[in-house]
This record gives sequence, C-alpha cells and structure tokens, in this order.
Amino acid sequence: MSAPEAQADIPFFAPSPKVYPQQVSGTYRRIKWIILFVTLGIYYFLPFVRWDRGPNLPDQAVLVDFERRRFYFFFIELWPQEVYYFTGLLIMAAVTLFLLNAVAGRIWCGYTCPQTVWSDLFLQVERLVEGDRRDRVKRDGGPWGFSVWRLKITKHFLWLMIAWWTGGAWVLYFNDAPTLVYQLATGTAPFAAYLWIGILTFTTYVFAGHLREQVCLYICPWPRIQAALTDEHALNVSYRFDRGEPRMSVKEARKHAAMDEKAGDCIDCHQCVAVCPTGVDIREGSQLGCIQCGLCIDACDSVMAKVNRPAGLIGYDTDDNIKARALGQPTRYRVVRPRTIVYALLLFVVGGAMIYQLATRATASISVLHERNPMFVTLRDGSIRNAYTIRLANKRSESRPFALTVDGPVGTQIEAVGVAATTDWRPIVEVGPDQTREVRVLVTMPRGVISEKSTLISIKAADLFAGENVSAKENFFAP
Amino acid sequence: MAGDKGVMDNNTKNQIDELSGTATTGHDWDGIRELDTPMPRWWLWTFYLCIIWAIGYWVLFPAWPLPGGHTQGLLAYSSRANVAVELASLHDQREAMAAGLATTSLQGIRDNPDMFRFAVARGRAAFGDNCSGCHGLGGGGAKGGYPNLNDDDWIWGGSLENIQTTILNGIRWTANNDTRIAQMPAFGGKDGVLKPAEINAVANYVRSLSNLPTEPGAKLDLGKELFATNCAVCHGDAGKGNQELGSPNLTDAIWLYGSDLKSITETITYSRAGVMPAWKDRLDPVTIKALTIYVHSLGGGQ
Repeated sequence: MSAPEAQADIPFFAPSPKVYPQQVSGTYRRIKWIILFVTLGIYYFLPFVRWDRGPNLPDQAVLVDFERRRFYFFFIELWPQEVYYFTGLLIMAAVTLFLLNAVAGRIWCGYTCPQTVWSDLFLQVERLVEGDRRDRVKRDGGPWGFSVWRLKITKHFLWLMIAWWTGGAWVLYFNDAPTLVYQLATGTAPFAAYLWIGILTFTTYVFAGHLREQVCLYICPWPRIQAALTDEHALNVSYRFDRGEPRMSVKEARKHAAMDEKAGDCIDCHQCVAVCPTGVDIREGSQLGCIQCGLCIDACDSVMAKVNRPAGLIGYDTDDNIKARALGQPTRYRVVRPRTIVYALLLFVVGGAMIYQLATRATASISVLHERNPMFVTLRDGSIRNAYTIRLANKRSESRPFALTVDGPVGTQIEAVGVAATTDWRPIVEVGPDQTREVRVLVTMPRGVISEKSTLISIKAADLFAGENVSAKENFFAP
Repeated sequence: MAGDKGVMDNNTKNQIDELSGTATTGHDWDGIRELDTPMPRWWLWTFYLCIIWAIGYWVLFPAWPLPGGHTQGLLAYSSRANVAVELASLHDQREAMAAGLATTSLQGIRDNPDMFRFAVARGRAAFGDNCSGCHGLGGGGAKGGYPNLNDDDWIWGGSLENIQTTILNGIRWTANNDTRIAQMPAFGGKDGVLKPAEINAVANYVRSLSNLPTEPGAKLDLGKELFATNCAVCHGDAGKGNQELGSPNLTDAIWLYGSDLKSITETITYSRAGVMPAWKDRLDPVTIKALTIYVHSLGGGQ
C-alpha cells in the first residue's frame, strides 16, 4: 500500500486507456455470435416482413405510422390513446431485467444490449482490417505511414457503412419499407428520413466505434442500478480465487507442488484481461466494468486446456458457492427462490393483464362532449334540448354503421345533425375503416319529465352488423 | 511533504504546479493557488465554430438593427412573408371547396356530407367573427332581444332560404331597402291607444295564451277583446304570429324579451324593435351561404 502523501499524485480524472480486446473463441463467443446475427438480422430485415391487414391498411408487419397515428405490430394495431400498452411493456422490460439479474447477473449487458452487439460487430471489423490486439497496439504506438492511413481509412469507411445501414433500417420502421427504399435510392425521400439516417449513422459510428466500453462505464445507468440488484445467489462471471490463488507460472507451481506447498491454477497470463471488451481484470472480483459477457471464460478455458488443467477457473458462479467452497461446504445453485418467484409472478400478472386487455379490447369507442354554449335550449313546445359532440372510433378495417340511441327519462330522443339515415328513429352514423367520425347530436326531453338541473344520460352506439355496443355517460342540463 | 518545496514567488506568473504539472495564474490566496488549466480543445473548437456560424448567420439572415430597419440578409428570410405564403396556400386549398359552395344550392350543400362539413366549419368561424357579439359564440342568444338561434322558434322563418335572406338583408337595417321590417306600435304612453289597466289586461291575456299563470282578478275577457282589435292583425286571432310579417308566436315557450308580466307590459307599452345589420355588403356570398348552413345546423333549422 502507498503512503498517504503519494495519494496526492492520483489525478481526479484518469484518462481512460484504450482497450484492444483480443480475438477469442469458445462457447460463450459462439453464443454471442449467434445472438448478434439473430438480433441484428431482426433489426435490419424486420421492416421488410409483410402482414396482410386487408385492403385499407398498410401491409408492413411492424410499422410506426406517425402520419396516420397508428402503430402496427403483426396482428396488433394500436391507436394513440392506447399508448399505455407501452407502459406495460416498459414495466415488463424492467421486471425482466430484474429477473435476469437475479438469475444470471448482467446477461442483458453481455449479450443483447445494442451497445454490446454493435460494439462487438465494429470490433470484429476492426480486427479484420487492422489485425488482432497485438498488431493494433503496435501500430497505434508507431509512426503513421501510408499503410496505416490506408487501414484506418478502410476501417472507418466500413464502420460508417454499417452505421449508415443502421440508420437506414431505423427509418424503415416509420414508413412503408420498400417504398422508402425506392425513394432513398432515387433521392425523393422526405427530409426527415435523411435527417434520422444522419443522426443514427452518427450515433452508431460514435457509440459503437469510438465510445464502446465508455458507454457502459460512464454513460449507462444500468451498471449502477445492477449493483443494488445483484445478490449472492445470482450467477455472475467469477474468478474462482480459491482455486486460482496464489498465481504462479507452471514451472513455479511444480516447485511448490514438490515442496508440498499450495499452488494456484492461475498462471497469471492476463489472457482474461486481453480479451475483455471493457478492459477489466475479472480476478479483482465482480465490478462495475464487467458486462458479464463470458469472453474471459473462453480465454481462460483455452489456456487451462493448454496447461492441462481443468477448465472453469473463471466461470459463471455465485458468491455463495465461492464462499461455500472456501469453507469446504457443498455448492448448489438455486434458481427458484423468493426473489425470482416474486419477479416471475410480477411478470406473469402484468403480462397476463396486458394480454387480457388486448384480447378483450373493443374495436369501437365513443366519446361524448357536452356543448357548453348554450348549455341547453328551450324549444317552442317547452321541451329541453342539449347538444353534444360525439366522436365514434372504428378500429376495424371495414366501414361500419352505428345506430345511436340514448338512455334517459321516458320520451328522451336523439337526432344527429347532418345524418339523414335512420332505422326505428335511430340515427345511423357510418364510420369509415380504421377511422373516427365526429357528429353533433341533439338530445331532447319533453317538457316536465325532469325537474333537476342536471340528469345523467347515456349515449349508446350499436354496430348494426357486428353487434358491438359502446356507450358514454354525460349530463343533460335543464333550466 | 510536497508543499515544502512548492513555496512559490507570488509575483511570478507561469509557475508550474508540482502536483499537476499545470501552469498557475500567479495568483495566491493564503497559499491557495489557481491553476491555469487550458480550455479543452473540443470546447475551444466549438467556440470558434460558433463564431464562424454567427458570421454566416449575419450575412444570410436579418441580424443587425439599423436606424429605420435592420440588415435583411442574403436569403431575404422573413417569418411574416412565410406566414403570408402559408395563408395564401391555405386560401388556395379552400378555394376549390368554396367555389363548390358558390355554385351549389343551399339544399344541395345540406345534402352533400363533404360540402356540409366544410360549410359548417367555415360558417362557425364566420359566426364567431361577425355574429357572436350579439348572438353568443354558440348562437345561444342573449337577454334583451338577441334571439337564440339553437331553438326552433323563428320570427322570420327557419328555412334555409329564410335564414339566408335575413342574413343578407338584416332586420330594420334602414340603409338596406330589402331589409326585414316589422313595426309594433307602442300602445302605452301619452299618445298610446291603451290605458295602463287595459295594457295589464292584454298582458295577462297574452300570458294565458301559453298557459302561464295570470294575476288573480285579471280581466282576461277585456284582454281578449283588446287583443282581437289591436294585436290580432299581426299576431293572428290565436296569437300564433306570422313569419311573413315577422310577428312572433305568443303561444309558445320562447320569449325574446321575457315572459314575466312586467316584461310583457313593457313590450306592449313601449314596443320593441331589435336591429340586425344587413351582411350582404360586408361578407361575400359564399361566407353568407356557409353562415346560413351553420345557423340552420344549430338545431332549429326547418
């Protein structure tokens, strides 16, 4: 340990050393590749998937249609007033993160976080162009000749191409993809498309190419929250120090063995540090910088194989087990425990509520607004009339006729201004496919049926064919 | 301690701080020295870029105030001009529909859902600008002779044509020869044909026409007699009024100037004569058509 005076030499802000992660192969690297291909494949190609919704609606499977204010996701169509479903999704996303965290630490960070996935892709491009860790470290420390410039320019060009494609895929979610691709190719796309491609190209290039682990270390709040959520039962990437310490070379270990002294399995080769995408040393324990991607496990396992020692010096393990091993107790891993049960239940309840809500939601709606100027009108025969503006919404892909009725005291009548069609004295309002229609309605009560200044009435709209009924309550005012 | 060696000459600038290796400003406050840390380069460059941007801005956009105006900039940008362009384009967009209103009959507009919607919207806007001062924003009228346009009682008729005529020519608007005129005499006063007691009898009789309670001991027979000789000419024998003449129906539940005995007595004694301007000289025919459709749609149209 250094003396207190020497502490003053530590600067307040340390410039972060550049991380040169080394290529590695193994189980976790393979899993990461598969996840990378699947997630990026979904991201880049999903806008081109078609989904037939009938003649009046767009046929893009996933579409955020700002112009018409609709969100389409395969068989689901959401209107602006149903945005609360996203609240439900956000709650589920949060609880899922908590659950994953309780089960296996930051696997979101290590495998599926977009920052990780794109950084991984950009790193691989860097390796393909500039070579592996050793070449890059050497080149960055050396003079900048033509060949260096050539490699650097090639790398940045490829990065920008990927970033540009990323931005291009983003805007496809907000317009009909084939149409927009054609417009982009012919330079006739709307300005917003170019703007967003530019923004996304810039952020992807900067975040995945230049910031990389800095995002995890300095920008992202999740590592901080995660520290409060993890516990001793969660699987985390762990260095089994009970087996690894004291570190020494193979030769040294042989001497120790000969003298019957304890020799650790860690040969201090620093491969785990070399492959780490955030540049941390896992042997210092669970830490902020560790995104739990498991690449150090792959690195260590391959080294252990070379020195003929069992794999798993670094592995997914729980704090509890490491403690238990140190005490010579049996190890165990419990997935089912109160925390995970509570999270799973929460997920089940929120998800169930959302699915129920979605499955039983109405495909029509009515809203009623009482006209306030004038509040009521006295007619010649002394009857009282109130006017309302109603808005009918038809969420189906075909036009539907709604019959309007009113629930109120005997003799209460309803008519719709500008709507001629009626059956049985009920005005019939036709609402176009996937549209809303505003109608002014007049509700009249004969003289003497009410004495109160305000009476609650209910205006109903019944789909003549599908039989769906919606209604809304409002007040009827009288002198 | 590092500080022992670091005692500095207070008067010398550009001393190097031992700990950080950064120059100091040369200021010393009770042994506390200020580091002269240079601005971050990115910050400086942003600053310089802003200056360059500002110069470009001055050249291209209106920027510097001058006596009697300001520099216009090469792009000749003006938010007022932009608004004018947008208003003109809005006007052009509406022109197609407005032209349709001009050539279509009132009933034709009423029967065409698209035209009807357009006319109501345009009429509502024009109503707010021109009519709401007296009739209220929703056409609810006001006490003192400003009719409610939502009800089904019309002095001059509630058909589309009648409403249009009323808007075009006004009521008792003497500047216009075609204006609607109805003149009820003042029956009371010094020169009046009726005495106060007779007026009271007529007022009570008029209330009885629409089943309103009358004063105890009111001379309804006298009232009926006086009504027949003085009022029935315009209001009809049964007091049902006549829209051709602009005489109100006295048997319904709607009273422009109030139905209480005092108001009716005042009406008979002094007469009433509300005035509405003729709008044909102020508004274009399309707007008047739209107003007609809008007023008709308020709920009382016939």
